[in-house]
Amino acid sequence: MNALETPRRAAPIDRQHALDLLYEMKRIRRFEEKCAELYSAGHIRGFLHLYIGEEAVAVGALRALTPDDAVVSTYREHGHALVRGVPAGAVMAEMYGKANGCSRGRGGSMHLFDAGRRLYGGNAIVGGGLPLAAGLALADRMQNRPVVTACFFGDGAVAEGEFHESMNLAALWKLPVLFLCENNRYAMGTALERHQAQTDIQAKAAGYGVPAAAVDGMDVLAVEEAARTAVSIVRAGGPFLLEARTYRFRAHSMYDAELYRPKEEVEQWKQRDPIRLFETRLLAEAILTPEDIAALEVRAAADVAEAVAFAEAGPWEPVEDLTRDVYTPRAGDSSGRPGLNTAAASDADKRRPRP
Amino acid sequence: MSRITYREAVKAGLREALIGDPHVFLMGEDVGRYGGAYACSKGFLEEFGPERIRDTPLCESTFVGAGIGAALGGMRPIVEVMTVNFSLLALDQIVNNAATLRHMSGGQFSVPLVVRMATGGGRQLAAQHSHSLEVWYAHVPGIQVVAPATVTDARHMLGLALREPDPVFIFEHALLYPMEGELDESPPADLLHAAIRRPGNDVTVVTYGGSLWKCLQAAETLAKSGVEAEVIDLRSLRPLDMPTVLASVARTHRAVIVDEGWKTCSLAAEISAGIMEGGFYDLDAPVARVCSIEAPMPYAKHLEDAALPQPEGIVSAVMNLVGRHV
Ligand SMILES: Cc1ncc(C[n+]2csc(CCOP(=O)(O)OP(=O)(O)O)c2C)c(N)n1
Repeated sequence: MNALETPRRAAPIDRQHALDLLYEMKRIRRFEEKCAELYSAGHIRGFLHLYIGEEAVAVGALRALTPDDAVVSTYREHGHALVRGVPAGAVMAEMYGKANGCSRGRGGSMHLFDAGRRLYGGNAIVGGGLPLAAGLALADRMQNRPVVTACFFGDGAVAEGEFHESMNLAALWKLPVLFLCENNRYAMGTALERHQAQTDIQAKAAGYGVPAAAVDGMDVLAVEEAARTAVSIVRAGGPFLLEARTYRFRAHSMYDAELYRPKEEVEQWKQRDPIRLFETRLLAEAILTPEDIAALEVRAAADVAEAVAFAEAGPWEPVEDLTRDVYTPRAGDSSGRPGLNTAAASDADKRRPRP
Repeated sequence: MSRITYREAVKAGLREALIGDPHVFLMGEDVGRYGGAYACSKGFLEEFGPERIRDTPLCESTFVGAGIGAALGGMRPIVEVMTVNFSLLALDQIVNNAATLRHMSGGQFSVPLVVRMATGGGRQLAAQHSHSLEVWYAHVPGIQVVAPATVTDARHMLGLALREPDPVFIFEHALLYPMEGELDESPPADLLHAAIRRPGNDVTVVTYGGSLWKCLQAAETLAKSGVEAEVIDLRSLRPLDMPTVLASVARTHRAVIVDEGWKTCSLAAEISAGIMEGGFYDLDAPVARVCSIEAPMPYAKHLEDAALPQPEGIVSAVMNLVGRHV
């Protein structure tokens, strides 16, 4: 099966649906642009991997999930977190390193977590999330929960053993995992054809007996439809590999010299900007008006401004709490586990004179 | 002597190695097109070509293992693992193959492999990107581990490592790449000896890698209070040059060990034990350790600063030892 080849469905697009999808994409775009600004101003530090250009993937794919499903993500996960429903303020505060961040300021941009929304983290080790997804799905299966785990990863991760091992395990044990490859054609500075002998990523699934499809990752409706089909197959009992073909418009992390790709290539892909593509279509089919779109923009900007204000107002975690949550507090402990969190104290006070 | 950055020093060392021996080649993630995650091989792809500057897919276990194989097969690979954090995916190849093949084959095979990687915290990269796990490698017999702290060592340690018949692991603290320093054009005598970076008679401060500069800064502060710290840069983490440490402790009678790793089962623990075994009767005070707080590294700056050894902490550890005796 290859969803890239499925003909465009003829059914008219529902207006509210269009507004929702477009708004979600615009909110991510605005959020990411704000992050870049805040990084330059020094409010956000560390690594910052922007999702600009790839918005249609998170927005389309996560629509196919229910709140009970689980999500495992990467370090390029702001978009995933936002669409999953993590409040933008909590995500922004996390990047500020504030205690009102979704990971208390311990994780930063690459480690957004939200237990309530079953978001099991941005993972900064490439491929690191794939086995977790298999395990989460295993736990759901063993406890008869009819849910799926969606696992995002990049094309670069496909080279890691974890990808192959997780695909095999999930197929072998019929685990309900949606493997969702965000193929943006680059692993940092290494182009797909320089890191994969077989560049048709979805084709690799056949070797594990896993059904797969590729979808145009710049077309939010196509992603949504492909994800719905994929999720229904996963719910029916076994993994699926969905490859979304997309492109990142910005550097790998905040800055890089981008020596590895021609400017024309970036410009060409920008012609297929997922937001612009969708808008153009919606206007052409008279589903939305330019005023509708302008209103969405205002709303997205206001939401992001509110998120920044929430982050700015947030408190810093006290330094005394540094060793909190290294271990889970045991019943009766108030401060984690004494003796586990701190190494032995100095003996310097019990000084004896030298003979 | 000339002033250059640590990054330029590493790059000059690599370049010299590539020019000097056609069997030498460099491989790792993004060493080619991208120019190296820390820009240590920028321009090399153009200069040496894709046969010798090999971008690998993301597959640490396999490209480190392939480095071991290529070394067995007569090449002289330099493998760059982007950072120590990702080297964990290659630990099996390192511990079970690189370190064992010589001994396990009854001396039939050697693995002349050099692996370089960035290490350390301090850049707000959070728990998965801030490790200082040099001690894990230093634990393993069959490999050598070095940590260049100065531009001169950054420039020359690679060349010295390439003379070794066995695997050598070079740990470059990521905060050092932009640091400038005076380059000594003549290579140090060997990889094995610790260096006294600052002489002093009141306390021995033992350290390595990125922490050296914090220790030297602390030593300047201490000097203002009349405490002269002798700062030892270990340079080699396996083997450890304990004679140099012990000779210093015999003069100063006090030792503080500064190590960015976690305290429990750290290099600092090993050195402390070595001082206990070889210098116990020279000590006027218990050995002190300044290490990272026992927690995964937090992202927020104030927490990260608090988690890592800092000059102020080194000063107070020293004052705690000497204070009542000076
Ligand atoms: C195991 C591991 N190796 C190397 C890295 C450094 N690194 C971070 S992102 C990246 C590229 C990953 O590319 P891809 O999986 O395609 O995801 P993208 O960044 O394009 O979203 C690399 C090499 C890492 N984080 N983890």
